[in-house]
Amino acid sequence: MSNNKCFVSGDEAVALGARLARPNVISAYPITPQTIVVERLSEFVEDGSLEAEFMHVESEHSAMSAAMGVSSVGARAFTATSSQGLLHMSEGLHYASGARFPIVMMNANRALAVPWSIYGDQSDSMSQLNSGWIQVYVEDAQEALDMTIQAYKIAEDGNVLTPFMVNLDGFILTHTYELLNLPNQEEVDEFLPKYETENKMDLENPKSLCFSSTPLDNLEFKYQQHMAMINSKEVIEKVDKDYGDKFGRYYGGLIEEYKCDDASVLLVTVGSVTGTARVVVDNMRSEGIKVGLVKLRYMRPFPEEKIIELSKNVDKIGVIDKNISHGYEGTVFTHINSALSKMNNSPKAINFIGGMGGRDISKEDIKEIFKSLLTTNEDKEKTVQFIGMGCEIDE
Amino acid sequence: MSNEKINAKNITEDEYFYGHKACAGCGGSVAVRLALKVLGKRTFSVLPAGCMSAVGFIYPQMAFSTNAMIAPFPATGAMISGVAAGAKALGIKDFHAVGIAGDGGTADIGFQALSGAIDRGDNIIYICYDNEAYMNTGIQKSGLTPYGTKTTTSPAGENLPGSIRQKKNMFEIVAAHDIDYAATCSIGYPNDFLNKLKKAKKIKGTSYIHVYASCPTGWGSPTNTSIDLAKKAVDCGLWYLAEYENGEFKLNKNPKKFISVKDYLLNQGRFKHLKEEDINVIIKNRDKKWEKIRKNWL
Amino acid sequence: MEKPKLVEYKRPKHINDYPTGPTTEGGKLVEKNAGWRTYKPVVNKEKCVNCLRCYLVCPDGVIFKSEGKVDIDYDFCKGCGICEYECKLDAIKMIKEDK
Repeated sequence: MSNNKCFVSGDEAVALGARLARPNVISAYPITPQTIVVERLSEFVEDGSLEAEFMHVESEHSAMSAAMGVSSVGARAFTATSSQGLLHMSEGLHYASGARFPIVMMNANRALAVPWSIYGDQSDSMSQLNSGWIQVYVEDAQEALDMTIQAYKIAEDGNVLTPFMVNLDGFILTHTYELLNLPNQEEVDEFLPKYETENKMDLENPKSLCFSSTPLDNLEFKYQQHMAMINSKEVIEKVDKDYGDKFGRYYGGLIEEYKCDDASVLLVTVGSVTGTARVVVDNMRSEGIKVGLVKLRYMRPFPEEKIIELSKNVDKIGVIDKNISHGYEGTVFTHINSALSKMNNSPKAINFIGGMGGRDISKEDIKEIFKSLLTTNEDKEKTVQFIGMGCEIDE
Repeated sequence: MSNEKINAKNITEDEYFYGHKACAGCGGSVAVRLALKVLGKRTFSVLPAGCMSAVGFIYPQMAFSTNAMIAPFPATGAMISGVAAGAKALGIKDFHAVGIAGDGGTADIGFQALSGAIDRGDNIIYICYDNEAYMNTGIQKSGLTPYGTKTTTSPAGENLPGSIRQKKNMFEIVAAHDIDYAATCSIGYPNDFLNKLKKAKKIKGTSYIHVYASCPTGWGSPTNTSIDLAKKAVDCGLWYLAEYENGEFKLNKNPKKFISVKDYLLNQGRFKHLKEEDINVIIKNRDKKWEKIRKNWL
Repeated sequence: MEKPKLVEYKRPKHINDYPTGPTTEGGKLVEKNAGWRTYKPVVNKEKCVNCLRCYLVCPDGVIFKSEGKVDIDYDFCKGCGICEYECKLDAIKMIKEDK
């Protein structure tokens, strides 16, 4: 493997990854903090380093609709969005997955209005879990680049044919500069050949796409879609291995276990907060405290079996959610609990809501979380706790 | 293709929209059928949620034999642009990309995506078949429903004559984008429609064809008068045949004398309630419009 | 003349009999529309001068050119009567279907 080093932001890493994946058309609408992705891609098209059409669409709804048009003729489509933009294209998200168009999209995780906030949390993508898209959450710029390439390989697999969303925490990842390895084009071309599909319009053999179904057939198409998402689990693991073999970076597939082996408590994290949690785990481990970290990389497909396996020998599980379903709990927590409910003797799980609207989650916050997980006072313990509140609240 | 005018004798005998489930006498399906006959087999067509998609692709009954795809309701302009961009990027040659939407799908919910497509100058043809209301959902008022129309959301009663607004002026709105080619047509003048489509085929850039297409179900008219009503709409001056090309408007048909508006209106259930004073409002608006047209487009 | 064709349709027995996603071959019809009709158009070939007005304006495209005259595909005619109404020579008459 021959890698070049470069020093770029998370957004730029996505743009570089997208360029290496050779999309035929990019249709995108600007929104903070995604903008740099589409700025760079438009520059790549202008300077000829990316041979693609760049479509200036007038909204995110049109960005997704244009991407579907692109995919409908068997071409490779890329787009990127964030927050309000993701919600604006929500109709298209469901449509693209139903149509089995393997579009790849970067989403810069950002809070949802109101109050208005351009800063990060994961309310946007977590609200779209039912849209039928594969969702990966990355921890750093290198993973963002690598996953943009892997995304096409997974999405375009004949047993998957499902669109793919690469999520980066807004600003924390999108605007932070990091040193990364840039794979060379020839090797990426070997890894990711041209997209070939039967699911397209064809001038020699005309097709009808995105048709209507009656109640006699609708469930069957939706079942197929469900099975495609389940099939993607195996493909994700294989692509992670193949990518690692070729480029030297493995991410663990659906989840990454970090020092989980003999841990008595586990913390589940999604996205950039994992990096902070690693440091805390390292520190606590050096003090002999048996804590472990589960980096939940994919929310769809959801790695239920892995969560169950990891939870067998632990006392307690903490789940950090940078989103909340108001009046209930965080979305990641709901998923973890659903997995735990399928075990015989499941550990207790506690939900920690934080990091919303750009609020920092510090090492101290995470250390406190671990401490509370290690303390047994089950009667008093609230299942859903807010971390990093800036003022007092009535308990 | 030669410069010869297209007509019933020389148009292809192939049918690309056939066996569909549109209501008997549907004007929209005349427009779609004829448009695809002009555009031919090497056509990618995109139709949003609406009558023509609802009647053309109910699995397993597939009535389109050109490539065809249903778009989200607001997305016709964007999706067909994506098709054209994808096909171009793949090096596919000699094809047409056409979006076909109704009045609501064009002038209301699909307006933004259409504007974006024209703004980009994408090499697409956009056809609006205008039956003056949301017919697929059961005859609700759209932005192209004319004054005095009774729909299920603009009921006519003691206080209101039905719809109280005039049609949004889509043709001139589209032209204001400085579009490469735009034209108004009517299925009542099928040869004019065919030849404007033929012209649109040759345009490198965006074309917009607005075709007046009757709807017996929504208009409360006999199924056999669909073509005749669409012709009378032109002949009484409530619709017009015009083009916008190279930055100029051109009126194609300038009736010396209009036929009776009242006769056109009162043969349709949607206008049966109109009083003399309402009809006079419609005539006054028509005359005002034609004064401008004759002043500027001749 | 090419046009969408009536084909024999067998309902899928297994999930794999369905297409992958809502994508299928265009122009394949599994049922006729003839049952919609109350009246059917009948062409008087003596009167027909093959002006093709009816052919042009038929919403269902069921009128086709045949040996210098027009003929009708009754499998898909819905009986709207536009052809009769538009024929200037009274060469098409709508007559009640025997049911």
